[in-house]
Amino acid sequence: MEILVCVKRVPDTAENEFELNSDGNDLDRDDLVYSVNEWDNYAVEEAIQIVDEAGGSVTVITVGDDEAEEVLRREMAMGANNGVLLSDDAFEGSDGKGIAAILKAEIEKGKYDLIFTGAQADEGAGQVGGMLAAMLDYPYASLVNKIEVDGTKIKVGREIEGGNQEMNEIELPCVLSIQTGINEPRYVGIRGIRKVAKVEIPVKGAGDLGLDAGAVGEAGAKTKRVDYFVPDMGEGAEMLEGSTEEIIEKLIEKLKAKGGL
Amino acid sequence: MTQIYAYIPFKDGVAADVALEFPAAAEKIEAGASVTAVVTGSGADLDAVAGEMAKIYKEVIKVDNAALAYPNAEVVRKALVSILPADAVVLVAHDTFGMDLAPGLSVKLDSSYAADVVDFEGKDGDVLKIVRQELGGAVSTHVSTDLSAGAVITVRPGAFAPAEGGDVGGSVTDKSGDAGDLTAKRTFLEVVEAEVGDVDITKSDVLVSIGRGIEDEDNIEVAQELADAMGAVVSCSRPIVDAKWLEKSRQVGTSGQTVKPKVYMAMGISGSFQHMGGVKGNPFIVAVNKNPKAPIFQVADVGIVEDILEFMPELQEAIEDL
Amino acid sequence: MSSIIGPASYQLFGFFPTVILSFLLPIAGVGLFTYIMARRIAPLVRANPDNRFDRIPERIKNLVVVWLGQIRQPRYMLAGVLHIMIFAGFLVLSIRSTTLVVVGLSDGFVLPGFDGVLGAVYNFFKDYAATGVLIACIIAAVRRGIYKPARYAVPEKYGHDHTAEAVFVLGIISTLMISESLFEASELAYTLQETGADHFVAPLSLVWIFKAMLGSSSLSFLQGLHVVMYYVHDLAFFFFLCFLPMGKHFHVITSIFNVFFMRVRKGNIKPVMHGVKDDELDELESFGVKKLEDFTWKHMLDFYSCADCGRCSDQCPANAAGRPLSPRFITIKARDLIFKNYPMSGEIYNSSKLLVEDIYTEDEIWSCTTCGACEQECPLGIEYIDKMVDLRRGMVDEGMVPQSLQKPMKALEKRGNPYGNMEKKRADWAKEKTFQAEHTVKDLGGKSKETAETLYFVDSITSYDDNIQDIARRTSIILEKAGVDFGVLGKKEKDSGNEVLRFGEEMLYQSLKEDNTEAILESGVKEIVTSDPHAYNALKNDYTGLPPVRHISEVVAEKVKSGTLTLTPCKDPDNVYVYHDPCYLGRHNGLYEDPREALDAIDGLTRVELEKSRDRSFCCGGGGLMLFFEPEEETRMGVLRVNMAAEAGANVIVTACPFCLVNIQDAIKVAGLEGKMEALDFTELIEQHLA
Repeated sequence: MEILVCVKRVPDTAENEFELNSDGNDLDRDDLVYSVNEWDNYAVEEAIQIVDEAGGSVTVITVGDDEAEEVLRREMAMGANNGVLLSDDAFEGSDGKGIAAILKAEIEKGKYDLIFTGAQADEGAGQVGGMLAAMLDYPYASLVNKIEVDGTKIKVGREIEGGNQEMNEIELPCVLSIQTGINEPRYVGIRGIRKVAKVEIPVKGAGDLGLDAGAVGEAGAKTKRVDYFVPDMGEGAEMLEGSTEEIIEKLIEKLKAKGGL
Repeated sequence: MTQIYAYIPFKDGVAADVALEFPAAAEKIEAGASVTAVVTGSGADLDAVAGEMAKIYKEVIKVDNAALAYPNAEVVRKALVSILPADAVVLVAHDTFGMDLAPGLSVKLDSSYAADVVDFEGKDGDVLKIVRQELGGAVSTHVSTDLSAGAVITVRPGAFAPAEGGDVGGSVTDKSGDAGDLTAKRTFLEVVEAEVGDVDITKSDVLVSIGRGIEDEDNIEVAQELADAMGAVVSCSRPIVDAKWLEKSRQVGTSGQTVKPKVYMAMGISGSFQHMGGVKGNPFIVAVNKNPKAPIFQVADVGIVEDILEFMPELQEAIEDL
Repeated sequence: MSSIIGPASYQLFGFFPTVILSFLLPIAGVGLFTYIMARRIAPLVRANPDNRFDRIPERIKNLVVVWLGQIRQPRYMLAGVLHIMIFAGFLVLSIRSTTLVVVGLSDGFVLPGFDGVLGAVYNFFKDYAATGVLIACIIAAVRRGIYKPARYAVPEKYGHDHTAEAVFVLGIISTLMISESLFEASELAYTLQETGADHFVAPLSLVWIFKAMLGSSSLSFLQGLHVVMYYVHDLAFFFFLCFLPMGKHFHVITSIFNVFFMRVRKGNIKPVMHGVKDDELDELESFGVKKLEDFTWKHMLDFYSCADCGRCSDQCPANAAGRPLSPRFITIKARDLIFKNYPMSGEIYNSSKLLVEDIYTEDEIWSCTTCGACEQECPLGIEYIDKMVDLRRGMVDEGMVPQSLQKPMKALEKRGNPYGNMEKKRADWAKEKTFQAEHTVKDLGGKSKETAETLYFVDSITSYDDNIQDIARRTSIILEKAGVDFGVLGKKEKDSGNEVLRFGEEMLYQSLKEDNTEAILESGVKEIVTSDPHAYNALKNDYTGLPPVRHISEVVAEKVKSGTLTLTPCKDPDNVYVYHDPCYLGRHNGLYEDPREALDAIDGLTRVELEKSRDRSFCCGGGGLMLFFEPEEETRMGVLRVNMAAEAGANVIVTACPFCLVNIQDAIKVAGLEGKMEALDFTELIEQHLA
């Protein structure tokens, strides 16, 4: 099984407090801590487990700048066999389609049976996987929480509403977006990362991929982020004030009125 | 005038709530824009939904085919590509089906894409102004998307106001013949239902729901005692289930259960949309959270800034004293 | 008149010289013993290196006090006294046993120098020694076989009961005592009957009793008894010698070595591999203990030396709480694995399984809080903490880290604290409104390059936890009042890494240590003070090259004695206070008296002692990363401790560690003692009573 996992370096939601910068149009990025997107990490763990059983190799790939290399190394420390960095100034400002186009150009040079992405990343769009599949004309399944490999056909379970699971059979090669909870990712310590610190990670730019600059990057983007902002709170809840006793008294009154007691 | 299409998701012959929200969304894209509902499926269920949608939408397109009996995104996408014009603006719900369908659809229609939109701020020529969120709802963003070659946009369920009742007397057009080749490389097998746990949270009128603020598995008994005092049932948000502190059947949210209680006590819950998406029917929501900036306070009826680990036992005592 | 014929001259059935047996038995015995010992040494030769030849004077002291002096035995009084009797008896009888072997070859043999007064005196003591040993064995056998004290019980999952082996050995020892005494008594009785000469025998000793009992036996009976008893003794002796390395009585041979090589430094963790420096760690193929031979030779010796007494597990708080950990079985299982893999005959068997898949479970190893109660208790100097850490290093190297620990480890890596909070907020505790109005805390790590004599190392929990930040504020007020010129490192401070190291994440610990050491040395402080015993331990025992480190209780005790700090009389004289010794202040670092002296300086403060105090203190549940780990347990350690305090009649538990405070406060709620029991930090009590 040759598996390619698309990963992304994102600001860590657990360890950051997000505030706007002084201009009020972007995040304050000074103190932000970045790591691999949580969904992507589950995807890499799943790929490693499949390859441990069925043989083959896992390649991790990302579209980003030099700093994005650190997430490739971390996933390789976890057990991915190869890493590829797609980096070029021309890629800056790409929208989802642009990213998918860049990835597609690299994927076509290889021969992968399975392509994984995380179900979503920091932007919460969950778009690249589906777009990539359509561009490659591969079948797609999103929010995958179970994979059973059996030769050239595989069964996947998708997480759908109500906690139910939709089982599908899907042909290879295919693209799957992986949901959290599919497995328990193994621990990667500093030592593991140091062990792969010297491993070669090839970097490819627009030229290597044969991409037309107009199709990617800001120039090719049809959807662009304009700014970050703090929304007007609106009415919201009636905040109860006072001592805890007073608050509880008022609350009990309201609960009685609404049939909560 | 922009021609907007809305894909109608349904189950067992009943359209999902979000189907009523597309008209309001379209109105915000362009005042007065017309919206055509698109429904795919098979047989009586499809007809029932098409009929219902004809009360809300002036034009309804239905595509009837056995291959569409279960909503398989790979098949639906092919059908839509066949019947929709290339520069259509297509609205899809940002639910598990929408996430499966929409990105690939935008590639096949060669149109722009925007996901999980919570608001529109009108058009400026061909540029549509969109409001969405990033980083798990921690920040909001303005996004612009170019509609000149069409667009596929997924819309957050519950973000737009549902249409009121009434009957616009719309017509249903059958385009089953234009569906084209509906073979796909992915086949639907079956739906495996979530295991019913020992408690059915969907049946309780009052829920004491816990989130990350409970901090430790051992503290769950504090919530259970409050629930006992209130005659309520304990439910929770996703992180509690991911940590394996409670079974999946206790989870409220888009990937968990949908509940319609009379009273919803949100204890130590931040109020993410995925969680609140499981709370329907306009219950009385009481939110207790240490963080005064928690998003839950925007959707709750009553808000209290306190540490739930201290507040819950005191509330329980006061209730027991009644 | 004839004298009794000794075994060297006796002829069985009139023609067979039994001296042949006296010759063959020792040769076979010693030969077999040598072979067995060679087999037993094999794994030690393959084990990892250890550094146990340093600090010779201290090692000799341990030998005298722990091995010879048996100082740890009386901690369990009855068993302790019994063992001291048997041990002392064995030492005394060792000369007699050696002599006896030669007696079988040459009648009447005595060791050079033992023919005169020395010999007589020796015989006197040796007779009582044998008597004492027999009495002790009988009592011990009754205790083991009939009363069956709880700590010897073997839980089902660990296999069959060990009582039979224990009673069997007591039986052999008893046989040795009886046969030796009968051998001597028979000769004395024979001589008395035959010549009338009544040699002096230690009154009421076993020999004395037997001699009296044999008073009317026939001469031929006595002759037969004499020879038979000799060979019973000889056989039992060499059987016992060869039996020793086969089970828990190996400790009879290995104890002297194990105690000589035991830990002489406390509180620190062994390096990943002795002889490999920190900057060479990257070159190691594998970290930690994954299979048996990864242990050091001293750890292997530990496994051999276990007497299966169960004292370690009896004191282990994890065991008491119902976690899957029992230190005794960590050792016994490893010992049994060595016996299995290095059999007496046949191939040495190398298992490809990891120890944590084979004889241990992952949870078992993660359950340990590193409190050190087991090591403190063991009369044989067996160590556990380093083994646990090595096993954890092995698991971390293989990626086997419980999910609940991954998040705080990641946060430590990125943000220098397990909560994931931002570095720049590390000193925000000093910005609390009422505090800031009256006190300023110097920032030694900031851009303003402030300097101070003393560094207050706050560490993560005290810096970030809402409820614990008070400790930082109070410590600052105390230091101020005591006239100490101090500052904090603020955002330059990272977690001390005490738990990170003990949880096996070596490289993360090294990174934290490097960063902290650099920041501390750059600040130019002359001494370090901390209110966190875990930080205290790491900075003092694991880090190197730092200025001296003290705990706030040491500072307070010193300043109170010198008069710099005065304390008011007790503000709550009706309360009954009890001081709980934190593991990392007490057991690991010997700081028991300073906090007590400081508390006692408060006039009118009623303080009681817990039964399990000082080096017997019962761990609160653990600090650092242990707060994040979700163990499988029946009760919480904290709850057990709180109940102990309630039983001692206290209503306030005073502790000098932020983690103890958190665990005990939690436990008070869980135990349902809210309102009846309170937990206070040492700094809170002192600061309240500052004059």
